[in-house]
Amino acid sequence: MKLKVNNVDYDLDVEAEMPLLWVLRDELDIKGPKYGCGIAQCGACTVHIDGQAVRSCSYPVGAVQGAVTTIEGLGTPDALHAVQEAWIEHQVAQCGYCQPGQIMAAAALLAQQVAPSDDDIDNAISNLCRCATYPRIRAAIKTAAAKLQGAA
Amino acid sequence: MGKLATITRRTLLVGSAAVAGGVVFGVYKAKAPIKNPLLDSLQPGEAAITPYVKIDASGITLITPRADKGQGSYSLQAHLLAEELDVDPHGVNLSPGMPDPAYYNAKVMSEGLPFAATDDSKLARSARDMGGTMAKMMGMQMTGGSSTVPDSYEKLRHAGAVARETLKQAAAQRSGISRSELNTKNGRVLFPDGNSIAYTELAAAAAQLDPVRDVALRDQSEWRLLGKNMLRTDIVAKSTGTEIYGIDLVMQNMLYASVRSNPGLGGKRLNYDAGRARAMRGVKKIVETRHGIGVIADNTWRAFRAVNAIDVDWGKPDYPASSKETWDVLANSFVDEHRNSRLKDLGDVEQAQKDSKVIEAEYRVPYLAHAPLEPMNAVVLVGDERLDIWTGTQIPGFIQDHAAKLTGINNDNVFVHVQPMGGSFGHRLEFSYAMQAIEVAMGVKGTPVKMTWTREEDMAQDFPRPAQIARGKGTVQAGQLESVDLAIACDSISVSWFGRLMGMGVPGPDLLIVAGAWDQPFDIPNYRVSGYRAPVNRPISSWRSVGASGNGFFHASFLDELMHAAGADPLQELIRLCNHDVSRKVLQAVGDLCNWQGTQIGKNRGRGIAYTLSFGVPVAEVIDVTNTPSGIRIDKVYVALDVGKIIDPVNFEAQVSGGALFGLAHAMNCELTYENYQPQQTNYHTYQGMRLHQAPEVMIRGLENAEQIRGVGEPGVPPAAPALANAIFAATGQRIRELPMSRHIRFA
Ligand code: FES
Ligand code: FES
Repeated sequence: MKLKVNNVDYDLDVEAEMPLLWVLRDELDIKGPKYGCGIAQCGACTVHIDGQAVRSCSYPVGAVQGAVTTIEGLGTPDALHAVQEAWIEHQVAQCGYCQPGQIMAAAALLAQQVAPSDDDIDNAISNLCRCATYPRIRAAIKTAAAKLQGAA
Repeated sequence: MGKLATITRRTLLVGSAAVAGGVVFGVYKAKAPIKNPLLDSLQPGEAAITPYVKIDASGITLITPRADKGQGSYSLQAHLLAEELDVDPHGVNLSPGMPDPAYYNAKVMSEGLPFAATDDSKLARSARDMGGTMAKMMGMQMTGGSSTVPDSYEKLRHAGAVARETLKQAAAQRSGISRSELNTKNGRVLFPDGNSIAYTELAAAAAQLDPVRDVALRDQSEWRLLGKNMLRTDIVAKSTGTEIYGIDLVMQNMLYASVRSNPGLGGKRLNYDAGRARAMRGVKKIVETRHGIGVIADNTWRAFRAVNAIDVDWGKPDYPASSKETWDVLANSFVDEHRNSRLKDLGDVEQAQKDSKVIEAEYRVPYLAHAPLEPMNAVVLVGDERLDIWTGTQIPGFIQDHAAKLTGINNDNVFVHVQPMGGSFGHRLEFSYAMQAIEVAMGVKGTPVKMTWTREEDMAQDFPRPAQIARGKGTVQAGQLESVDLAIACDSISVSWFGRLMGMGVPGPDLLIVAGAWDQPFDIPNYRVSGYRAPVNRPISSWRSVGASGNGFFHASFLDELMHAAGADPLQELIRLCNHDVSRKVLQAVGDLCNWQGTQIGKNRGRGIAYTLSFGVPVAEVIDVTNTPSGIRIDKVYVALDVGKIIDPVNFEAQVSGGALFGLAHAMNCELTYENYQPQQTNYHTYQGMRLHQAPEVMIRGLENAEQIRGVGEPGVPPAAPALANAIFAATGQRIRELPMSRHIRFA
């Protein structure tokens, strides 16, 4: 089975029904996507498939058709994505465990909508944060939107 | 003999000595100097001047022994050390260190004493010192009770200063220039002529010196880092997916495991059939554990699938199997036989209520799960006479003790490597997951195994926040509160938890049954708070803000009902009744912040206020809600509080906001209900909490009038639920006396 993750091609021998999350985490050792619930309820496992945010814990690897991007492929400490920059500026993270998923959900939203309203943000981001960092998540999304617009 | 046994005996000794009125043993032990644990493992050229600072030629490592569950404690401890040591906290290594008595937490035990935080008497003060002394003797290395800042504030600055002066002494010896003429900056000692030398180059020489102990702490006016906005040391890693949590660890040849145990905590595993599991792809081994069954596989998901495919019969533990039975036990506990404390007893409640119209109300709060987003996990490597465990925990020393007891491996050969944690909220004050991981890893000695609970297992194996019932009776007269009689029934968290942790109960009343209610600073003429210890005995544990999480709701809700009946403005009446200056200013500050004009703020809208003192921190919260066609919407939250000194304004705000919203999330829609020992809420679909679209704006005012510095991780939680209930009452006329509120009202 072939899979492209963060621009690298892999050839895998796994069950088609294995969720993408566990292929990433345990077969490829890509640890940015997190396990929180396994039933598409928390969003900690959010990655992009061809730019769309998906909850990889509930996405069988056999069903993946496009290129997968995880938070590692979005940006790195030395080359931050605008959303990550905003997340650092606002110091959003507490325990930080939900944040790779939050950031991937926010990045997908901003790729589709350059200047989302509060309602747009409410509708697009349903990821759970048990530390309740929500006010800073909202502020960081707005800062990232402004950064991306400035850059465009 | 294991350390646990020693501790138990010592504790008993202190207990009996204290009863006899003497603390001879305690004083002796307490004055004995503490051994620096870093000295044991030093390599040539390394210096460990204090237990908190280790320097070698390649760099500086700061030891930050209080666990970071997300509250920013590593960063904060690093900044406290760095302030005096003159290093850049972002330019050094941080390590939580190994469990050791040197890292005892002096403040964590001061909370369990029968003195209100506002009690400044000599007796209260010396009792708090005694709590610290006991913690030192017992080597209580623990993170909890919002105690990291109070415990570390002076200790770590002092450690930084000792290390700095000792390094200067080494430089003085090398250069012949006296120490007093040397300065330090950014990891270097500066000579008067403008030359400098790195700390790392002085390490070997400093290691030969007796540490310079006679140091004075810098005045606040000289601070470079503290009191100013800080950048958390982990923020870049946590914003790029590069933070490595326990669940992310990878080791060579590592196998993956998952365990299922009796949902009736402590109950037996009876028969099981692992036939299907054994045949599944990737399964390496089925391992029996004391209370369940584990699967070792070559991938976490395969381990999950296989462990869920095992049919198991569970034995029945001897406590109520369902929440319904629990409620009956609680409701029947308001009798003298179960009375555990009456620490507040002012005036004469019975006399005051004899001929007046008595207002009565009953309140309930449910069992709650901790449910941090990272499910419990641990990597374990069992070798010959050595055990290593990598896990996120608040109690590394206790894990070491229990691991030694479980395996028979000597305590000194059990190494606990504390990992960054994806939340805790008290979950990691328990250790059953760690023991299960060890039991599984014993089945494949020499191979590291990562044991991970499924979310469902994490919910089922959680030691929850206890369910509680409170009954209030009160009277009002001439627009004022005249009497308050609050009785609370709850099982004992202290007995349950200490029993698991140390194999012993705790003597005397359990203050957690009434914390957040008995100790509130109000002069109500007739005022009584009684705790009833309900014999429920389902294992329970500490949940962010512990006793105050439920009692804050009871106390502040009932006061609001009475103030409404009196026709009093709740803010003005709380200010009038308040007998604690620092708290009164907090109440006034929240009024200023929200521009308080009473509880009516417009059509379909309402405003509520609640005040709770917990962990020594007075917190007042005001909440505005709107009753929309799709349900109650929380519009805004205002918080004022006083922690004495704000070390990092950025993280302070994050903790206060997070605490208030955490309280609201659970008040809105979270509960655990049990049926046949099993929680009916198995995952986040039935334990929703709050999502972004429901999160209100939070405005915060931090005051610094209190004399003593306090921690801020928990005190924001308790007033949130009652402030919301009071706001909903103001908006709708509906009193909600039972949590979660979703049982009674809809949220937008
Ligand atoms: S782990 Fe995928 S949504 Fe929770
Ligand atoms: S930061 Fe802890 S779960 Fe979001």
